[in-house]
Amino acid sequence: MTQSTPALRLEGIVKEFPGVKALDNVSLSVMAGEVHALMGENGAGKSTLMKVLGGIYQPDAGTIYVAETPVVMSNPLDAKNKGIVFIHQELSLAEELSVAENVYLGELPRKSVGRVDWKTLYEKTDEILRRLKVSFNARTRVGDLSIANQQMVEIARALTVDAKAVIFDEPTASLTDAEKLVLFEVIDDLKSQGVGIVYISHRMEEIFKITDRVSVLRDGQYQDSVLTADTSEEAITRMMIGRNLDLSRAPVSHELGEVAIEVKDLSCGASFQNVSFKVRCGEVLGFYGLVGAGRTEIAETLFGLRQPSSGTILLDGKETVISSPAIAIREGISLVPEDRKTQGLVLGMNCRDNMTLPQIDDMKAGPFVSDGAEVALFDLYRDRLDIRTPGWRQTVGNLSGGNQQKIVIGKWLSMHPKVLIVDEPTRGIDVGSKSEIHKLIRELAASGYAVIVISSEMPEVLHVADRIVAMYSGEIIKTFTSDDVTEDNLIQAISGIKPK
Amino acid sequence: MANLARKRILTVMGNQGILIAFVVFMVIFALASPKFLSLDNLQSVVRSSAILGVMALGVTFVVISGNLDLSVGSMMSFSTIVVLDLHDKLGPSLAIPTMYLMTLGLGGTIGFLVGYLRLNSLIVTLGMLSAIHGLTLTYSGGKNMDIDDKAGTWFSFFGQGEILGLPVPIILFVALAAFLGVLLAKTPFGRKVYAVGGNSTAASFSGIPRARTVFTCYLISAFCVATAGLIQASRSMGSQNTVGQGLELEVLAAVILGGASLLGGSGTVLKTVIGVLILGFIQNGLLLIGWPFYIQYVITWIIIILAVWLDISVKRGKFWATI
Amino acid sequence: MNSEFIKRNLSTSAIWLFIVVELIFFSVAGQYLSLTDVAFMDGGNMLLLLKQSAPIGIIAVGMTIVMVNGNIDLSVGAIFAMAGIILLDSLSWSIFSGIGDWVIVVSVLLALTTGVLLGALNGLIVWKTGVDAFIVTLGSMLGYRGLVFMFNGENPTSNLNWTLVDLAEARFLGVHTATWVFGLTVLIVWLITRYTVHGRNAYAIGDNRNAAVNAGIRVGPHMLINFALIGFLAALSAVVFYAGSGSVNPNDGMLYELWVITAVVLGGTKLAGGSGSIIGTLGGVIAIQLLRTGLGYIGADTSTVNLVLGLILIVVLFIDRQLNVKGAQELKV
Repeated sequence: MTQSTPALRLEGIVKEFPGVKALDNVSLSVMAGEVHALMGENGAGKSTLMKVLGGIYQPDAGTIYVAETPVVMSNPLDAKNKGIVFIHQELSLAEELSVAENVYLGELPRKSVGRVDWKTLYEKTDEILRRLKVSFNARTRVGDLSIANQQMVEIARALTVDAKAVIFDEPTASLTDAEKLVLFEVIDDLKSQGVGIVYISHRMEEIFKITDRVSVLRDGQYQDSVLTADTSEEAITRMMIGRNLDLSRAPVSHELGEVAIEVKDLSCGASFQNVSFKVRCGEVLGFYGLVGAGRTEIAETLFGLRQPSSGTILLDGKETVISSPAIAIREGISLVPEDRKTQGLVLGMNCRDNMTLPQIDDMKAGPFVSDGAEVALFDLYRDRLDIRTPGWRQTVGNLSGGNQQKIVIGKWLSMHPKVLIVDEPTRGIDVGSKSEIHKLIRELAASGYAVIVISSEMPEVLHVADRIVAMYSGEIIKTFTSDDVTEDNLIQAISGIKPK
Repeated sequence: MANLARKRILTVMGNQGILIAFVVFMVIFALASPKFLSLDNLQSVVRSSAILGVMALGVTFVVISGNLDLSVGSMMSFSTIVVLDLHDKLGPSLAIPTMYLMTLGLGGTIGFLVGYLRLNSLIVTLGMLSAIHGLTLTYSGGKNMDIDDKAGTWFSFFGQGEILGLPVPIILFVALAAFLGVLLAKTPFGRKVYAVGGNSTAASFSGIPRARTVFTCYLISAFCVATAGLIQASRSMGSQNTVGQGLELEVLAAVILGGASLLGGSGTVLKTVIGVLILGFIQNGLLLIGWPFYIQYVITWIIIILAVWLDISVKRGKFWATI
Repeated sequence: MNSEFIKRNLSTSAIWLFIVVELIFFSVAGQYLSLTDVAFMDGGNMLLLLKQSAPIGIIAVGMTIVMVNGNIDLSVGAIFAMAGIILLDSLSWSIFSGIGDWVIVVSVLLALTTGVLLGALNGLIVWKTGVDAFIVTLGSMLGYRGLVFMFNGENPTSNLNWTLVDLAEARFLGVHTATWVFGLTVLIVWLITRYTVHGRNAYAIGDNRNAAVNAGIRVGPHMLINFALIGFLAALSAVVFYAGSGSVNPNDGMLYELWVITAVVLGGTKLAGGSGSIIGTLGGVIAIQLLRTGLGYIGADTSTVNLVLGLILIVVLFIDRQLNVKGAQELKV
């Protein structure tokens, strides 16, 4: 099947952001008629690479070749016209418009006087939809479709042009098994037409089912490419994790205290069901699973941001109803949220004001906010967490990701919580800050905090957590202890396979 | 190097642009008319800006919290009519607190709808603009309201009185501005207003009660409106039903001119006061050099757009938008 | 999916349901309260109602496409007054004295051109500076009003051209000129929103601006066109209105923006953009005029109209919000 000419070739691509080298001299070839898997941990640089290919970012160095012709892409439309089609993980559809209008967004066929040529539009769209074997037609309003079908509309967009290369970014994240099979048929179809396909996924099962070759990125660097037929899950995992393997386990070096928080049969609508676990003082409990497995929703429920549909939460052995974040804070729970930019920080405020926000009512001198107390608190945590900023007046939005995250952590540490929940503590921050934050989490546990760490990165949970809860689609599959945890077990558990 | 210098100039202009504009206007008018900088004239500017200014103080809170209030004009008409009517029925000492309570009731209703029910503030206050106007007309029966015995009451004190030679409306404006300025800049409540307006999700994730904060902002706005209504009623001792009509947008213009972003999270009381004064001085300056009052509309238009444009140019680092 | 479908149809047809309720209510209440013997749903009554709704209605049609596009225009009242002044004043300009009644055509064209230019200026500023349309048009609401005053100070501009008045008062097939213009406006702009590339792109931009930009749609020019269109329609509304009355007060058209937005929102258009229809707006305009006429018919005064209208707007918003909350699934923020 595999032909010898590359449909898409990258040579020495470099992309730097302030403080991070997101892509470091990446070279890669995708042959025409080949399904090429691109794998790597979160933060390895996959999404940056895809944005460079999709015309959203401009590379700082390096060249992209489409069918061996060097191209420069100034925007996504440009990329599409040059033969690279990108199917986004996040949907970018206009919900009020019809399927056909979305498929041909920006390129509606015209008649005289600027009229839309509906007949051609619907015919061409229905033709594409027939290839995708979907149950809706071109006239359906996109907002009325399920998420899976909306994903199919995104895919349909790729088929409007004569694509040389199509990039799928986690296309099956919201698809049912039957829909996946249709998608795989579409991919097969494209493949037989000589299109080069880049397929990004964390799901090993899919990789082995449909791809011809696997390339791995790690820390922004290209590792290796291997034929899928010649490799194994273990080998790929090793390439992805690489040198991190040696820090797989951090030993429990201190005595555990009382149970700080216990959750019994907690459920919340469709998000998660019958979740039970407990965390002791001095312990780090890790939650590992795919995006959408219900981990973040558990954290939000514990912090009073969601209403549980059933179950109980016990703090220090006492049943507690947590109906708002204010109550959670009073009961000694802190949450470092998943998305620091939209949930963790007021980006337009300065560093100090962000850090003191949850306890602003307690920072008073008379009726006024005490400037001195605020600055003292900020200075304390700036030094303790080594936050690099010109001063507290600096607007938080201007700091690097790592320093922003430290501000959020400082904000919640300064509340002296009993239970600290950290959701994706190192998402999108550089390697140096990452290890500092990992060390900090271990230290916090050692000083008696009960810590819950939610992460999509396996090395991270393996490194910081004493026990690891594996979740799949809203349920706890198994809680691993240091005796029985292996990477294989974890990967299987979060794919929904119960270990024996 | 030159680039850096230009960027710095842009930043300074972005941050202090409104102050610079203020000074420029003062200089131009002072050169054009020797009377402009006289104490008498300055006093008359502040006095005539007091009603707009008092209302703008309250709207500043609402705008910083990330919302709008288009109902302040018709709410001011309401307060004016109610206090004039009650003056003859209950006497001034009962009429004033009653009017304040009724106005706060209206503000509280808006605060409840926007804060607790999370309805869009533009449409809610648009609806309230119309509803309160209707309420005022129903209350007055469509007639103008007048105090019967204009000489025999101390009610004129708030609009026409003086303390130590200073007109009472100015004192009320300055006192309210000082109080609200401190409330916004120096207290935990003020910090919460900025946080809710800057990023309401992050504020909720920090345990800050978004709904209560927004609700309180509308109460503050209503309190200011009631005070403006009191000054208006006391100054004229009689009023039409539509006395505040159209003021909502002028007030908003003053607040925006002061640099508050409609997205919320930025602005200060002092800047709003400067915005109000700029509008007042333009009006007054044009009058002194003999230009008709409506030229100020055109000038206001131009400086509002320039001010906001400059502000976002600094943020995006270039003058022209790329859309 | 099914309940989504029902909800959406419910919210778009709600305005017509409301109109039916109004008709029934005023007909029945009128039996007991009415001061005249004429039935509420009398043909003459209804025709008059349509005529009266034309000035606001024509502007509301333009506001719909501007709001669908994700913008807003607060300056329509001032453009309305400006176009009215140009219309009436130019009728007596001496350079046109030789062309007899053809001056009417010239004056109408001048007025419409004024509207297009003022609207396009708003659009150009929004496009090129990136300043929010709310602020740009809040400013030009003041600025354009200033221009209106510059023309004739605080004096009204009057000019009664009897040919023009006859045209305004004429009826074709029993329907007033104003109603015909309103109807044609609705039809044409509806066709634009439904069947042209520009119209569909306007929806796409308001719905998901990033997606539109990524798909290569030029956002700025589309906005400019829509602002020019609403300027044109505000001027058209002025032509229809002042042809008959013959006198413009410099304060005319104040608060029109608020009435227009009320009608558009009642008709189901979302402030956030991307959603709304011309037909819904037609419903909103008629509903408001029915309310005014109906309350007058049963003897209530204008104050009640304002009160009821404001409360209805809030109730509609509340119901819309209830239909759109995701219930227990929603994060409590």
